[in-house]
Amino acid sequence: MATRLTDTRVTQSLPQGSVTWPLPPRHRPDLPNLDKATLESYLRSAPLEEIDIADPLWWETDTNHVYFKRLRSDAPVFFTHVNSNRHRGFWNVTRWNDVMAVDTNHQVFSSEATLGGITLFDMDQDFIMPMFIAMDQPKHDVQRKAVNPIVSGQNLAGYEALIRERTQEVLDGLPRGEAFDWVDRVSIELTSRMLATLFGWPQERRRMLTYWSDISTSDPELPGNPGKEERQGILLGMLQEFTMLWNERVNSEPTGDLVSMLAHNPATRNMPPMEFMGNLVLLIVGGNDTTRNSITGGVYFLNKNPQEYAKLRANHGLVENMVSEIIRYQTPLAHMRRTALQDTVLGGQLIHKGDKVVMWYSSANRDDTVLDRPDEFIIDRARARQHMSFGFGIHRCVGNRLAELQLKILWEEILKRFDNIEVLDEPERVPSAFVRGYKKMMVRIPA
Amino acid sequence: MVKIIYVEHNGARHEVDVPEGENLMEGAVQNNVPGIDGDCGGNAACATCHCYIPSEWEALTGSRSDQEDAMIELADTAKPNSRLACQIKASAALDGLELHMPATQH
Repeated sequence: MATRLTDTRVTQSLPQGSVTWPLPPRHRPDLPNLDKATLESYLRSAPLEEIDIADPLWWETDTNHVYFKRLRSDAPVFFTHVNSNRHRGFWNVTRWNDVMAVDTNHQVFSSEATLGGITLFDMDQDFIMPMFIAMDQPKHDVQRKAVNPIVSGQNLAGYEALIRERTQEVLDGLPRGEAFDWVDRVSIELTSRMLATLFGWPQERRRMLTYWSDISTSDPELPGNPGKEERQGILLGMLQEFTMLWNERVNSEPTGDLVSMLAHNPATRNMPPMEFMGNLVLLIVGGNDTTRNSITGGVYFLNKNPQEYAKLRANHGLVENMVSEIIRYQTPLAHMRRTALQDTVLGGQLIHKGDKVVMWYSSANRDDTVLDRPDEFIIDRARARQHMSFGFGIHRCVGNRLAELQLKILWEEILKRFDNIEVLDEPERVPSAFVRGYKKMMVRIPA
Repeated sequence: MVKIIYVEHNGARHEVDVPEGENLMEGAVQNNVPGIDGDCGGNAACATCHCYIPSEWEALTGSRSDQEDAMIELADTAKPNSRLACQIKASAALDGLELHMPATQH
């Protein structure tokens, strides 16, 4: 596609833009049915201008990769105009090097919540939750540093025995020879226990953390999900509960958990309530959705690639390398979004000040100009750590080492116990262009 | 070839020959030196090749770029003599350089 430096398509401005709640109906292609083959065939042949990849349809059906392959090859930095009365229009950045260029240029590409924040759909501008991932320097740096110590090398070493003990307990409690939901029994169970520990939250109420995480990222438009106002009410309820913990901990000696760290650090101890809530949401989602979906993804990928499962059984020493490969292949957060603070050129395209720029990590992780055979799941891949899933630059994932540790211990303990975990059916996927994950995956461990 | 000595936090020393012009993160990764991961591939976009430069070598290894500085400043283990190994290129003048690693990298 020819370079068009004169392109006049720009993101509609905030807050005067045409996006109002409830959102206008979504334009969708008129297809005879919505099965995977039909959707993939549509994505292969439809004009790129016609496709809105933000539609949860492409994510629930796991068909979006067809579109991104086309973009990487034909239009690597591409503006989506269709449905802009819902999302204001956005740039898709799909190649590894372009994503890296945006992620490392925080001076030009802002994460600021009042500009919309870090997801494709703007943070509700009447319900701004400041959180350090959605801040620029210098405030980002001081708040991030306040919670950094929770995942210090020393702290992680301290968690290791606890993580292993819990992993053993959860795995030993699984049924043999009968079908069960791996997402519920293992992925959610392990991540919610870890989260409760990180927050110093009562273990018996750990599933509340999962619930709030799911609510934070849920799409208020989807049937069954709480609507916009109900969602805000639930999050305010979370704030209330955590405020009680805060009040206990601010007046006592530091206890080493995240609430205590925030309450005692000069950079965060005077945060307004909405900012406390924002940072809670960030840390809960960050520690929950991501690891949970990599836990499920790993089992799924090994089932789809029996030769890799055989490799792993023959050599347990591959676990650490496989963990990185799982995280790449899953890419639990499909994108991060920025807002351009000035006109700039990216991949030959003119980005205007105020434009929404979406870095598709899930696409960069499949860029075959940088990675060897990226569409394949290869557990002994060379330099598997070089993946985009944690992001790069100052907003790079804080909890990456903890996530790797949880996954490493899980697979070590799985291999000690089970020769096979059999996936019985295609998993149900989360309908979201942000959280790339699984709702349910039925498995059986042979008796 | 330039002789570089990578020193782990526990004191373990790894003496490696790095080709002139190659960055010192690559020098470590290519030779399987533990403790340097180089997740971003040499863009100063993570801090998994964080190391400390002994004072006598500081003039020869140069100073941090803005991007490098931003990444180092977010590390708990940052010190005034912190650098990212991927931002230092092997040259004859650096023959015999010792790079010291923090306990953990992020």
